[in-house]
Amino acid sequence: MVQSVGIVGYGACVPKFRIKSGEIARVWGEEPERISKGLGILEKSVPDVDEDAATLAVEASRNALLMSGIDPQAIGAVYIGSESHPYAVKPTATIVAEALGATPELTAADIEFACKAGTAGIQMCMGMVASNMIRYGLAVGSDTSQGRPGDALEYSAAAGAAAFIIGRERQEFVAEIEATYSFTTDTPDFWRREHAEFPSHGGRFTGAPAYFRHVMGATQGLFEKTGTKASEYDYFVFHQPNGKFPLEVARKMGIDVEKVKPGLFTPVIGNTYSAASPIGLAGVLDIAKPGARILLTSFGSGAGSDSFAIRVTEGIAGKREAFKKVGWQLADYIAHKEYIDYGVYVKHRRKLKSM
Amino acid sequence: MRGHLVIFMPSENLAITWRRIPERYRLTGSACETCRTNYFPTRKLCPKCRRKGKITMKQFSGKGKIYSFTEVTSGPAGFELEVPYLLAIIELAEGPRLTAQVVGVGEKDVKIGDSVEMIFRRILEDSPEGLIHYGYKFRLLKKVSI
Ligand SMILES: [Zn+2]
Repeated sequence: MVQSVGIVGYGACVPKFRIKSGEIARVWGEEPERISKGLGILEKSVPDVDEDAATLAVEASRNALLMSGIDPQAIGAVYIGSESHPYAVKPTATIVAEALGATPELTAADIEFACKAGTAGIQMCMGMVASNMIRYGLAVGSDTSQGRPGDALEYSAAAGAAAFIIGRERQEFVAEIEATYSFTTDTPDFWRREHAEFPSHGGRFTGAPAYFRHVMGATQGLFEKTGTKASEYDYFVFHQPNGKFPLEVARKMGIDVEKVKPGLFTPVIGNTYSAASPIGLAGVLDIAKPGARILLTSFGSGAGSDSFAIRVTEGIAGKREAFKKVGWQLADYIAHKEYIDYGVYVKHRRKLKSM
Repeated sequence: MRGHLVIFMPSENLAITWRRIPERYRLTGSACETCRTNYFPTRKLCPKCRRKGKITMKQFSGKGKIYSFTEVTSGPAGFELEVPYLLAIIELAEGPRLTAQVVGVGEKDVKIGDSVEMIFRRILEDSPEGLIHYGYKFRLLKKVSI
């Protein structure tokens, strides 16, 4: 029998500040309505001046730890996926492990694969947990991404984190990960060279060969690997660089778009990069009933997608209720917001020198 | 009320930074088993019991109350982007008091006695190429009414 693996606790974190797409459009002389409708993004999250990918990862991980109820010393691996690690050389994972009290007996590393580094971490933890190398592994997607001022990415690049503790004791699961499938090619649609402050990208035409090909390839591959079809899943969470692409994937694959909307948060928090599909999963786990089936597919430019077939277990109800009383769920972070204008936004993102 | 600035000196010795990471990242302090007093930051000797004291490591919960606070409108070097900010003396649930920033709120949003919880933030960076110092700050306890 294959060793079962699952999520024993999860948590999210989204900074408090928001800027509306219309406010950014106003500064660049664009039509606010057209931008907001075109991208399907009303507003995006902006980190405080003392927040970065490490602090967001710590907060999401503390939430996951609180929900799991496990001893941090039992965590054997910490993987942090991000494209905005605070240091070019010096791991974020050690900062997170130390803040949780998981050190020193563990392995830790940072992972980079554009927006899919968080789900790559989940797969690494699954392998290590299933093979008995470790008892629990922590995988986090966390980003405070930036777009060049005036670039299309400036409307979407946002900040957030989501963390998952992976274990193998079925009675501890809030959801079981039944299968995973990945689809990867070398497709340079988006990149940032060392020392470059902002990313470069191939522009509009990269949607079809990059995002759609990989997300649909991985999702289709998972269907075939597991012998399942779209109608058997209750929720679909796709990487969400804007509010429209995930719905378009659903239409192209014959998936009911109503199954995508509960896990679509980019319209209200922006694209949180490595955290985007993980936050979508956290949001769905916050509302899903035991027995519900979730299909998650990430996407990372470069390019690749990881798909997961997830089944919510009976264990979720008790852990979720207990956590709600003491911790912040995704809905709390989304509701807890303060709007800022472009001037304050510039200060928060320290953009002055690059304008 | 410049306590936290004394704790985080940009010029501080790297060995001191390393040693203080557990207390700054997750509020690890000390307790004296002899007289049952908790200490933060970490102490090597109990001032009450002296040589009769037995000091052990104490993990604080991160929960506490605002004992006193002030709004800082002209911050020291490294805090220019953060002003105005709230600096408070926090009384931890386990007893000791410490000085820290309370984030996400202004002077009008808090009062003495409000419950707070520890969060993890950037405190200061030595320079654009230097070390980033992380540590505890506080926010008002849970739940924002939704
Ligand atoms: Zn004593």
